[in-house]
Amino acid sequence: MEIINAFALIINYIIIPGLTYGCQLALGALGVTIIYTVLRFSNFAHGELMSFGAMTSILITWIISYFDLSIYPLPTVILALPISILITISYCLLIDKYCFKYHREKNSKNVISLIVSIGVMFFTSGLIRVLIGPNDRTINDGERFIISARKFKEITGLTEGISLKLSQGITIIVSIIAVVLLFWFLNKTKTGKSMRAYSDNKDLALLSGIKTENVIFYTWLITGTLACIAGTLYGLDKSYKPFTYLQLVLPIFAAAIVGGIGNPIGAIIGGFVISFSELLITFSYNKFLSYLIPINFLPEGSLQLLSTDYKIAISFIILVLVLILKPTGIYKGKLL
Amino acid sequence: MKTDFFSEKKYINAYLVCAFLFLLVGLFQSWNVAFSILNLCLISAIMSIGINIQWGNSGIVNFGVMGFAAIGGLCGVLISMPPTLEVWKDGTAVILIILFSFLISGILVKKFLKKFIYNKYLKILLSIIIILFSLYLIKSIFIPSINFIENTNSAKTGYIGGLNLPIILSWPIAGLFCGVIAFLIGKIALGLRSDYLAIATLGISEIIIYIIKNEEWLARGVKNVNGLPRPVPYEIDLQKNEFIQTLSNTLNLSVIELSSLIVKGLYSILFILVLLIIFFLLQKAIKSPWGRMMRAVRDNETSAEAMGINVKKRHLQVFIIGSAIIGISGAMLTTLDGQFTPSSYQPLRYTFLIWIMVIIGGSGNNHGAIIGGFAIWFFWIQAEPIGIFLIELITIFLSDQNEIKLYLLNHAAYMRLLLMGLVLILALRFFPKGIIEEEKRL
Repeated sequence: MEIINAFALIINYIIIPGLTYGCQLALGALGVTIIYTVLRFSNFAHGELMSFGAMTSILITWIISYFDLSIYPLPTVILALPISILITISYCLLIDKYCFKYHREKNSKNVISLIVSIGVMFFTSGLIRVLIGPNDRTINDGERFIISARKFKEITGLTEGISLKLSQGITIIVSIIAVVLLFWFLNKTKTGKSMRAYSDNKDLALLSGIKTENVIFYTWLITGTLACIAGTLYGLDKSYKPFTYLQLVLPIFAAAIVGGIGNPIGAIIGGFVISFSELLITFSYNKFLSYLIPINFLPEGSLQLLSTDYKIAISFIILVLVLILKPTGIYKGKLL
Repeated sequence: MKTDFFSEKKYINAYLVCAFLFLLVGLFQSWNVAFSILNLCLISAIMSIGINIQWGNSGIVNFGVMGFAAIGGLCGVLISMPPTLEVWKDGTAVILIILFSFLISGILVKKFLKKFIYNKYLKILLSIIIILFSLYLIKSIFIPSINFIENTNSAKTGYIGGLNLPIILSWPIAGLFCGVIAFLIGKIALGLRSDYLAIATLGISEIIIYIIKNEEWLARGVKNVNGLPRPVPYEIDLQKNEFIQTLSNTLNLSVIELSSLIVKGLYSILFILVLLIIFFLLQKAIKSPWGRMMRAVRDNETSAEAMGINVKKRHLQVFIIGSAIIGISGAMLTTLDGQFTPSSYQPLRYTFLIWIMVIIGGSGNNHGAIIGGFAIWFFWIQAEPIGIFLIELITIFLSDQNEIKLYLLNHAAYMRLLLMGLVLILALRFFPKGIIEEEKRL
């Protein structure tokens, strides 16, 4: 019984939040990685694109609830998601047309495109604040829990409860669907194959009749979709606040680089590496151990590797360590 | 000679425009506002010179501006504040000794591992054991003395305090200290190329700021250090001065306003002096063979290396110089504010603001960096009035009570982000060389 309790504790405080946050990071990192492999620059604006997606979802949710449509117990945002994905994609295509296309055609250094993406980041964050304001907004209007900690205790009779929020369940399921669709697209369809060919060897792809404009169109299509889904899920899980998306940029880069930038599977693995190491390093193991070993043997003080203040800093530390020690990442990605 | 004359005239015009803008602010808003904008403009000009020497002259992408500025600010605190004596007697000595011995033993252990242990896995195993052991040491010795420091008089001090020296001294010391940190960072990170280096330096500066925020024994963390000593007299002392009082009568200004004007003016003079010194030293360096070598490295690394230039060493050198300059400006910033607030260093905002200054001003040209620093900071402060003006202009056909217009006017404060992004995108597209382009040299 004690051992089951210890596992319940770990599932509740590490595995479920880790999976949720990992999914959100992985979706973000996929967007960054795809832009990098095809367009060859690090897109600093990706966090703000996610924020833009979440914002459009909220605005459309407001319109939908004005007509009294709802799919209770699921949150209304799910209904709004397809439309906001379309809007985010069009925004991405507009940005590409007016900001990145010129530098791509001029063959500027990729640092220049990176700096342009910083300009886009500033512009988008300003636009979001002008449109919706900087305040905190909760968008979860559905049922709160799939299973609450108290109910779980009643059913199983354990002293430790496991709670699974609806938003966490939705995040995990939607991410799995998105990733499966993405991999099907990249590996099985002709357009996906041409995208991979283009990212492998641009000149050869052009010679074999692949149209650049098409490849770039689909790249932004995928990026916009992923950004909108990731942003909306993050906002659904934690409440929407424009400022937090700025803080997400570096963890997302960390995830993409840890997995090996340019490699979609790497991006997913990287997302989970970052989210789980954040939780595992700042988790206090006192209660966990108290189930496993007799109380007399328990060491005094909190058993934490680092205090919770450093939670976000962990992703930066991993990022810097990976860059210095193994810049290709786990899955041997491309070098920037 | 003719082109030289022409380009010189362009600098002068740009400087004149800047002066004219300040005159406008002084006449239409107030002289106090004009001087506080000028002071921050001077500081941002120094920061953008620091970035310019790295990016414009050598092509190194350093996104760690805020980290170095924060270290500079920390130097300001540690040099100028009075020491917390109770703490020094018991706790700090222990901490400093431990820190020092950690550093020494770390270096020794690394040397030892490198020399005597050849097995890769054994090396990793040994390093893990050493890390765990030092974690144990930290737990048992470090944390009690940290708690002791943070708990002594925690409302007022609760940190180790400084050296009680004049704060101006902290400027060169901040430069030196940032140079050392930049050496360490550069040693490990400069092997990375452009994009990775950018992300790595950004990550490192986030880590630095996190450490300063959370280690309260060092500089009170998010509790901020207030009341730093000043290099210039206090307003209250000036107001008692008889000469100032008669001057205020003849100038028809209130004594309070005049005294704060004088204080800000004195700051400006100090900052202008520092700016001029750094500027002339760098101009000399750029015109020397060293500067030519740096540009050769920037323009074509491979051929520079083929000519026998040690590219890695040059990059490290210029990384240290630029970061030291940013550190100096960071110390100046805390001196001007009179307080050290770690949470106000937001790498993802202000780093890029400095970068925008360099790119708009004209990368590769120090005059350009200064002009860019002035123009962008001015624009950043004045973007709200400009935004309101633009909204008024767009919605001129709507009535004053129109909801859309009121909503937009309420959100005008965020126009600055939007406009800044727009300026950067447009500048890179339509005039990538900036306001003042790099001098053409043979």
